[in-house]
Amino acid sequence: MTEYWQEISALTMRWVRRLSREKFSMLFTLVQPMLFWLIFFGNLFQRAADVQVTQAPDYISFLTAGVVVMTVLNNGLAGGVDLLFDKENGFLERLMTTPIHRTSVILSRFIFVMTITSLQVLVILGVAFLFGVQPATGLLGIAAILMIGMLFGVGLTAISMAMAFSVKSHGDFFSVLGFLSLPMIFLSSALVPLTGMPAWMGFLARFNPMTWAIDAVRPLILSGWTEALPHVGMVVIVMVIFDALCLYGSAKVFRRAMG
Amino acid sequence: MDRAIAIQVSRLTKAYDKHMAVSDLSFEVYAGEIFGLLGPNGAGKSTTLRTLITLLTPTSGTASILGHDTVREADVVRRLIGYVPQERAIDRFLTGREHLQLLGALYHLSKAEAAKRIAELLKLVELEEAADRAAKTYSGGMKRKLDIACGLLPDPKILFLDEPTLGLDVQSRLRIWDYVRMLKERGMTIVMTTNYLDEADQLCDRLAIIDGGKIKTLGSPAELKIGLGGDIVSLTLKDPGKIPTLVSALTNQPAMRAVKATPTGLDIRVESPEKALPAILESANRLDCQLEFIEYHRPRLDDVFIAHTGRSMKDDIPIEKEGV
Repeated sequence: MTEYWQEISALTMRWVRRLSREKFSMLFTLVQPMLFWLIFFGNLFQRAADVQVTQAPDYISFLTAGVVVMTVLNNGLAGGVDLLFDKENGFLERLMTTPIHRTSVILSRFIFVMTITSLQVLVILGVAFLFGVQPATGLLGIAAILMIGMLFGVGLTAISMAMAFSVKSHGDFFSVLGFLSLPMIFLSSALVPLTGMPAWMGFLARFNPMTWAIDAVRPLILSGWTEALPHVGMVVIVMVIFDALCLYGSAKVFRRAMG
Repeated sequence: MDRAIAIQVSRLTKAYDKHMAVSDLSFEVYAGEIFGLLGPNGAGKSTTLRTLITLLTPTSGTASILGHDTVREADVVRRLIGYVPQERAIDRFLTGREHLQLLGALYHLSKAEAAKRIAELLKLVELEEAADRAAKTYSGGMKRKLDIACGLLPDPKILFLDEPTLGLDVQSRLRIWDYVRMLKERGMTIVMTTNYLDEADQLCDRLAIIDGGKIKTLGSPAELKIGLGGDIVSLTLKDPGKIPTLVSALTNQPAMRAVKATPTGLDIRVESPEKALPAILESANRLDCQLEFIEYHRPRLDDVFIAHTGRSMKDDIPIEKEGV
């Protein structure tokens, strides 16, 4: 057990070190969702968005939940990238010849991605606060938001890592990534509530786990516990199923890739 | 001499779909020797090596390291071996020291023990000064040295080197050779793959020539050369059209052991050059075959390779990279 922990913490520290040395990349990952979506998009649609449709005091407070979950989505889907590079330059092979528990590499990656995502979510909520968005459910609500983010992130990161191990080249990986990310966002309640969508898009969005996550985070920010609690309960169930499917599918790939 | 066996490979076969990467390979590596796997790209060297270091599971057959099966007892095997991969498996954002610290934790060394070993290794590979610089600032030779230090960190009984000097300049190459010899002197068993004949010749106590997934021949470089029998006279003819005529004229002469046509002339294996050379020149004159060039040499490992695989190491057929 001590050995297992020694492995995981050393591997996690490596991811932290890598990130801290890629200062530019770190800055852009952190700043991008806030700058593009929350600040630009949020303010841009302030007057164009119909308050009757969004059911929120202003568009930015409506959008905050969407940006939080989008960040989880993008971090999760990109969570396997570093493993992809490790696979391509042989570093993974070196790790696999050491007497480590086979799951250590995977687990270290989960821990790292979840931690970075949670920090980013906190920063986004902080920036939203500067634009006057105060979470209605307070600190406990923020904790619930982080929990929902992690539940969603685990499944996404698992998919991403499984993809990293399966693709032939990193070009393929990034094409799939680009192809998944935007449709997932448009076909969810991130930018427009389901009721405000064309019927067919609203129908598809119901099958997007992201919609469930947003619909739980949004009342935590806008309304209060009475409204939020049923949604939070529901998202936990949806995410447990989602994670179970993702982990089951990717575990097979991990086993094949790591022996 | 009865020697302890470090590695035993028996009837090892690895197939990818229909392609046989290695088939029915059996050999032993003795404790304390430098053993080479020599062959062109795609010959099956890397597949064999990857099986020995527990990265691949054989389709059939077994391999054992110091008596431990590489599949059933993979974890024990991993504690006994060190590996220096072919690619520069370096994280460009980490420093040299951080690489070794990471591996120290993965081999479950205590902080103090790791620090002591890391200091020794950095000294050994002469990377003390660069130890705290990010690896992206290292030269190819320095990265290779770091790779080797990483392979040595677990203080392995057996060290595996995959193409240790591929793409290095001459000086770095000689330096790496020195390390390998020094490690052997310390009693380490070393298994290396290479597609450089001179490297195999210089370093290996014994080597297996692998081609098309099979061992073509196995022995010490000296044994392999003697096994060919006789020295070689190579002729280059002005008129390649005359080659068949000269081949048939020389073939059954007593001083010639074997006569073979090459694209530009003939390779003749002879018992003694004193007897053979006059006979060759006489025949060439008689048949009016003008000689462009004549060369005489003792067998080299090149010749061993050609004799056993039917082609030169240089005629590599590019095959997609083996393994995953």
